[in-house]
Amino acid sequence: MRFETPTTVDEAVRLLSDDPEARILAGGTDLLVRLRARQVAPSAVIDVKRIAEMTVITREEGGWRIGAAVPSAEMNEMSDLCADWPGVMEAADLIGSTQIQGRATMAGNLCNASPAADSVPAMVAAGAVARIAGPSGTRDVAVEDIPTGPGQTSLKPGELITSIFLPVKPAMSGDAYLRFIPRTEMDIAVVGVGVHVTLDDQGKISAARVALGAVAPTVILSQSCADALIGTPGDDAALDALAAAATEEATPIDDKRGTVAFRKDIAGVLARRTAKIAIARAKGDA
Amino acid sequence: MSQIHVTATINGDETEFLCDPTETLLDVLRDHLDLTGSKEGCGSGDCGACSIILDGRLVCSCLVLAAEAEGRSVETIEGMAEGDKLHPLQEKFIEHAALQCGICTPGILVAAKNLLERNPNPSEEEVRYWLAGNLCRCTGYDKIIRAVMDTAAEMRGAA
Repeated sequence: MRFETPTTVDEAVRLLSDDPEARILAGGTDLLVRLRARQVAPSAVIDVKRIAEMTVITREEGGWRIGAAVPSAEMNEMSDLCADWPGVMEAADLIGSTQIQGRATMAGNLCNASPAADSVPAMVAAGAVARIAGPSGTRDVAVEDIPTGPGQTSLKPGELITSIFLPVKPAMSGDAYLRFIPRTEMDIAVVGVGVHVTLDDQGKISAARVALGAVAPTVILSQSCADALIGTPGDDAALDALAAAATEEATPIDDKRGTVAFRKDIAGVLARRTAKIAIARAKGDA
Repeated sequence: MSQIHVTATINGDETEFLCDPTETLLDVLRDHLDLTGSKEGCGSGDCGACSIILDGRLVCSCLVLAAEAEGRSVETIEGMAEGDKLHPLQEKFIEHAALQCGICTPGILVAAKNLLERNPNPSEEEVRYWLAGNLCRCTGYDKIIRAVMDTAAEMRGAA
């Protein structure tokens, strides 16, 4: 195995294009576990942490561009970023321990393509966009279009994610993410729900994005869940409709973490609770 | 397979080593540099026994490739005491008997030191969450949490 340390995105793309068996190393919290368990044996590891633009968080058009090698802990130390997108930041902050958060990145969480990835539903709800560099240039892709199945992404050979863009937070909007796990920390989501809502000046929900995690092979951006909220004041009737829609949309599997019936039920419960937090944040109450 | 030459600052000293590209920082600390305080528990980032500080951040050294350390600063448990003078956390861990078998202790001390440097006045809940990635199968955690809280109080008083 070779160890490569490119200092520019172009160099990383060239290394990755020249060697289809090479793997990108950002925080290493998934890749190193696989390497050590001998589940993967790449010909080269390409450490992207020497590429300056991939290690910084910058303001852009009122939003935030987060380098693909920025660890969760660093994002969560940035109070302006946490104020704009608390749901996304809390989701990233739920991944693993303090030690893992010191290394783990959202771009890595996305590319690892676990159906249960915590930061992914939160990013999808926020309307986050991944910037991808590759042999034929740069393209921007909505986060929900990156995972195509467990462990599979829509990235083409030679491509890597260089940053995640969180758009400008609309006025009177709020986001939230909740997951269910059987303990209080250090576990994998049985169900995760991200919600982002925007209110109009009458206090009615004018826009909503609801993303369900761990209940399908990939994250679900649910139009029926959004429709249950849009045009309502987010009252109990709307939240009931949202919960029913989330339960209906979830197509989970039975596994050791939960049954189909349990996961469908919990998807509804969590959608309701998450939406309540997002609405309160949009009103400035939380 | 060619070896990689790495220069890193380890516990304040500029240190050079040769490593295989697949070796972790934990492998190098323990097997090349004889810094065996960091332990390998799980080897998958779950137990925290290999906790070190890399450029000021608490990480599991089992999930860092040794070659990544080039030009970085590494702090391990071996850098915690100053000669024979124990760090206040080490003193309090003895006083509170916050260890039994001791395998998790270096990682917990490194993690707790990093917490107190960032937050000199943590709540018990903050200490428990911060140390959630450091598993101890002996103590039941209470003595560890009490030792950290007591150290924080004493260090605030001394400051």
